[in-house]
Amino acid sequence: MNRVVITGLGAVSALGLDVRAHSEALRAGRCAIGPLTTIATEGLVTKIGAEVPGFDPSIYFESGKLALLDRCAQFALVAAGDAVKGSGLAFREGLGSRTAVVIGAGVGGQSTLDESYYRVYAQGAKRLHPFTIPKLMISAAASHITMEHGITGPSFTVASACASANHAIGIAFHMVRSGVVDVAVTGGTEAAITFGTMKGWDALRVMAPDTCRPFSQDRKGMVLGEGAAIAVIESLERARSRGTEILGEIVGFGMSSDAGDIVLPSAEGAAAAMRACLADAKLVPEDVGYINAHGTGTAANDATETKAIHMVMGDHAKRLAVSSTKSMHGHALGAAGALELAATIIALREGFIPPTANFTAPDPQCDLDYVPNEARTQQIDVAMSNSFAFGGQNAVLALRR
Amino acid sequence: MSLDQTEKIDSASIESDVLDIISKQAKVERTTLTRRTSLAELNVQSLDLVEIIFALEDKFDLEVPYNANDPRSAGVKFDNVGDVIDGIAKLLAERDARKPA
Repeated sequence: MNRVVITGLGAVSALGLDVRAHSEALRAGRCAIGPLTTIATEGLVTKIGAEVPGFDPSIYFESGKLALLDRCAQFALVAAGDAVKGSGLAFREGLGSRTAVVIGAGVGGQSTLDESYYRVYAQGAKRLHPFTIPKLMISAAASHITMEHGITGPSFTVASACASANHAIGIAFHMVRSGVVDVAVTGGTEAAITFGTMKGWDALRVMAPDTCRPFSQDRKGMVLGEGAAIAVIESLERARSRGTEILGEIVGFGMSSDAGDIVLPSAEGAAAAMRACLADAKLVPEDVGYINAHGTGTAANDATETKAIHMVMGDHAKRLAVSSTKSMHGHALGAAGALELAATIIALREGFIPPTANFTAPDPQCDLDYVPNEARTQQIDVAMSNSFAFGGQNAVLALRR
Repeated sequence: MSLDQTEKIDSASIESDVLDIISKQAKVERTTLTRRTSLAELNVQSLDLVEIIFALEDKFDLEVPYNANDPRSAGVKFDNVGDVIDGIAKLLAERDARKPA
């Protein structure tokens, strides 16, 4: 069994267009939620989100290529480009066949789907652009990463709603650990802020009208985000032999299913995934210093997740730090776990715990140390990152400095 | 469009429509429902309630500002059947008051 380390990282979200911008924003506790600007909000109940600011795809892609790329593939390619560059790896000289690309996505090319349906159904268009299908398919981002970097090993997309990225990263981790591949490019991407999608979220009645306040007594729900984060992972032995910088280690991955409700979370299901992760990593609760929570800011999630942490961590629950970086970068659905992996790696490397922003008052049902509003300077050795999806699909990663 | 008395929805028809919607969603006979029947005893779960509100909005062409994280924010209670009838009547009256005469 290989130990698996991260040697490249890229991130695009409301916090910024690269890892450095993410580090600065997380340290500053800067909330990047604001009025939606990429879509018309007339007729929407929810008029806020965490959009990637100032993203100009023409800077990254020439026009012929851009025509094939939905916004979610654009984010993934930019983040993957940074991750691959940072890793120092080149895939075209043989390594490509020993490398996997495993990407999480919740819905795929949503703006392409929205726009094409609008043209056909509302405007009566007689034909759609021939790239409509290759742009909207949920697996497009993974395919474009293989093409861009000459990666010819296994590649696929994992979909489990809000846990997609954690499932993708976890599967990629297990593939490298077991030696199925030598290297994996893995993470998640999402760009689902469209008028049609927001109408759907409005209908579910779980969106906050003001901002995202995870674990806070006056929390009013989730705020949608977007973006991508991609990591290059490989065996510790391989990284050491080539003398490259190691950003962190993935030490465990646990999964479970609630087999309960399609939207309501279950503490037992969440706890089962956290326990499976600790067992996979051969860790005990006392080893864990920080949990990057799923922390959506809904009444149900935050109380349930707190209960699950108590169930798994016992007395240690009160001694570890828990924060939700969704309070800053929003809930990026299929990219959420990847952005939170990036936040957790940054925290472990740079010796600080990112805060839960917008925190106002404690809730009796949420009684842990949520690192309210200000980042805390603290060296953490082991952290966990939770993702608990609609439909009860749970995936938890454990990371070591 | 001018608004006259015949266009206003009378309270009996509001009650009738609300009972239709709740009985259908809760899968109970309409005749078993009273104003005091609580939604909890009908086993109306959170997603059921969201569906009931969706059906009410569609039926009355109305926006119910309901947030599941903050149920009181709508200014309408959803504890029992009478709450829903009164709440819809109140929201309809507010809507009609906003309409130009």
